[in-house]
Amino acid sequence: MPPILEARNISKEYVLGRNTRRSDNFREALMRSLKKPFRARHKQEESSPKNFWALRDVSFDVQQGETLGVIGRNGAGKSTLLKIASRITDPTEGFMKLRGRLASLLEVGTGFHPELTGRENIFLNGAILGMRRSEIMSKFDEIVEFSEIEKFLETPVKHYSSGMYVRLAFSVAAHLDPEILVVDEVLAVGDMAFQKKCLGKMSEVRQGGRTVLFVSHNMAAVENLCRRGIVLTEGRLTFDGTAKDAVDFYLRSVSGEGAHGHIIDLRNAPRADPGQRQLLERLEFYTGGNRPLNGSLPLGSPLKIYVHFPLPRPTDSFNVGIGFDNMFGQRVFTAHSFFEPDRSHGERVGPQVFVCDIPSLTLVSGEYTIRVWLDIGNVQADLIDDAARIQVIDSDYYGTGRVPWNGTFVLKHRWYLEQASGATQGSPVR
Amino acid sequence: MTSTFELVIRPRKGWQPINYKEAYLHRELLGFLIWRDIKIRYRQTFLGGLWAILQPLLAMLVFTFIFNRLAGVRSDGPPYPLFAFAGLIPWTFFSNAVSASSNSLVSNQHLVSKIYFPRVFIPLGSIGALLIDLCLSLVLLFGLMIHYHWNLTYRCLLLPLFLVAAFLSASGIGLALSALNVTYRDVKYAVPFLVQMGLFVTPVIYPIRYVPERWQILAGLNPMAGVVLGFRHALLGSPASWQLMGLSLGISLFLFLIGLLVFGRMERKFADII
Repeated sequence: MPPILEARNISKEYVLGRNTRRSDNFREALMRSLKKPFRARHKQEESSPKNFWALRDVSFDVQQGETLGVIGRNGAGKSTLLKIASRITDPTEGFMKLRGRLASLLEVGTGFHPELTGRENIFLNGAILGMRRSEIMSKFDEIVEFSEIEKFLETPVKHYSSGMYVRLAFSVAAHLDPEILVVDEVLAVGDMAFQKKCLGKMSEVRQGGRTVLFVSHNMAAVENLCRRGIVLTEGRLTFDGTAKDAVDFYLRSVSGEGAHGHIIDLRNAPRADPGQRQLLERLEFYTGGNRPLNGSLPLGSPLKIYVHFPLPRPTDSFNVGIGFDNMFGQRVFTAHSFFEPDRSHGERVGPQVFVCDIPSLTLVSGEYTIRVWLDIGNVQADLIDDAARIQVIDSDYYGTGRVPWNGTFVLKHRWYLEQASGATQGSPVR
Repeated sequence: MTSTFELVIRPRKGWQPINYKEAYLHRELLGFLIWRDIKIRYRQTFLGGLWAILQPLLAMLVFTFIFNRLAGVRSDGPPYPLFAFAGLIPWTFFSNAVSASSNSLVSNQHLVSKIYFPRVFIPLGSIGALLIDLCLSLVLLFGLMIHYHWNLTYRCLLLPLFLVAAFLSASGIGLALSALNVTYRDVKYAVPFLVQMGLFVTPVIYPIRYVPERWQILAGLNPMAGVVLGFRHALLGSPASWQLMGLSLGISLFLFLIGLLVFGRMERKFADII
């Protein structure tokens, strides 16, 4: 059987600096030519149209019934690929062959009109997504039931809460019956119960022999839902294999990037107090198996930080502290050598390497600013506020395919029902 | 499960017409978009659907006072208010249709950049919704005709022909302008001005005989000139000028085809530029 989707050498070029300008008008064109005499003097202002390849030579096949995960960083071309598959935009080169109807959930709720009621929007949105009137009518009750908004069916959706809005939108989209379903980050919305429902619907779709293209930053969901995965890196297809391998490949490539590398030179870093001695020299970051860490760290991974500094005088009283501040500037965790029970080192002098070993960093995904300081003899000797940043990314920490979506950190924990009480507790006393 | 359905997505180049087959398959959506526009248009207005007929009615009263009473413009037979109203019905439709459709793609950009469906439905839907207004105005005209004891004749059977011509010329211009508006937002500012000027070069407030004879046929190059004459001929029995009307009908069909062609050429870039 031929593949249900064939992509061959798909390339997409965008022209930057010209076509992407939001409002290109005659006056701007005129002003540009009027400004020309000054161009000679201000050469740096000149912006020639630049070409940018959002996708380059991407080829892959999808078999019927397969669930394909598409992963990659922001701007790697995932959305462009889906836009081409759903015909929103043309490829610049190459072609894509579809052997089944495709419906996309690129953005749930587009086509909803705030002034229209829930009922009216179900019809309008269904029609925009390609359903026939008769099809919508026959599925109407199912859609309403799935969305849980029965009571507000005759209310304009502008009065809906965002949760209700999303539920209704997803319900309409989920009841399309395409042979190929494109899903992009819809699971990021709604509460946990509804997310679960959506995931259930997706595996139902998959079990129904339909094909799903799933784009997500949620590696756990990709691993859980997809059998196959492809990785896009700067518009090129860099990996095609099982979903698990694709996720591994992606995580490795992400942690291999980063602007500063895994070694951070602190000698010229700005100090909180410029009068202090600049003793802290260098930080080194490693993750599991002593692999260098250059930016992103999956939640729950090991983290080792090497702190390099010299001791000007012989002493056995020195400590290093490392603080993790989240995006809101809130200190979420402090690691301090002061808390280490085994301080069997004697008096030291000269270059030292103090290692902070965190077996599992359980802070939720996000960017953390690392503050590092050195105390000698209970006096702060050096302090750097913004020494480094690390990015924690989602992972399947609990091993259930569900990503922790709330809070500041995760903890290993268990849930169980106490034996022998459940059966009798609820029954009335006679 | 496996259908014989096969679709190839590849770069489109040059002048390719829009995909008519697909537009036909999705025809129900056009109905839904028209329905949406009608539903939304007068939401949160006090007078609601009355606005549809108030617009030409008030214009008729003002024009009758200024042009007929003060400036002494005479009609070509029927009482001036009827004459003006019969001309204002297609003109109001045309001017509203061109304004609404030329902005339609830009104001629906969330749809254009997120979901695929035949894009022609966006401008066509906004025009279709205005046809309802036109029909309401026609009902008011019939009321005015009863008031003025002016009889409808068998000529009214010609009306659909001119209605189609009004739709075709508004759509042709609307399709082309909506596509251009995606790249050049100048359209937004140019259209109100052009529509205003159009009222004066179209024989809406004056009869065509005010135009020197040798220029009359040139007036037919304006598709709405023929439509306005046609409406008056069909509804009020005003003298027909078949040469001019025929030319206008031809032009409106031509404009419609040009509009489709321009739209087809530009639509593949919409999502990238909008």
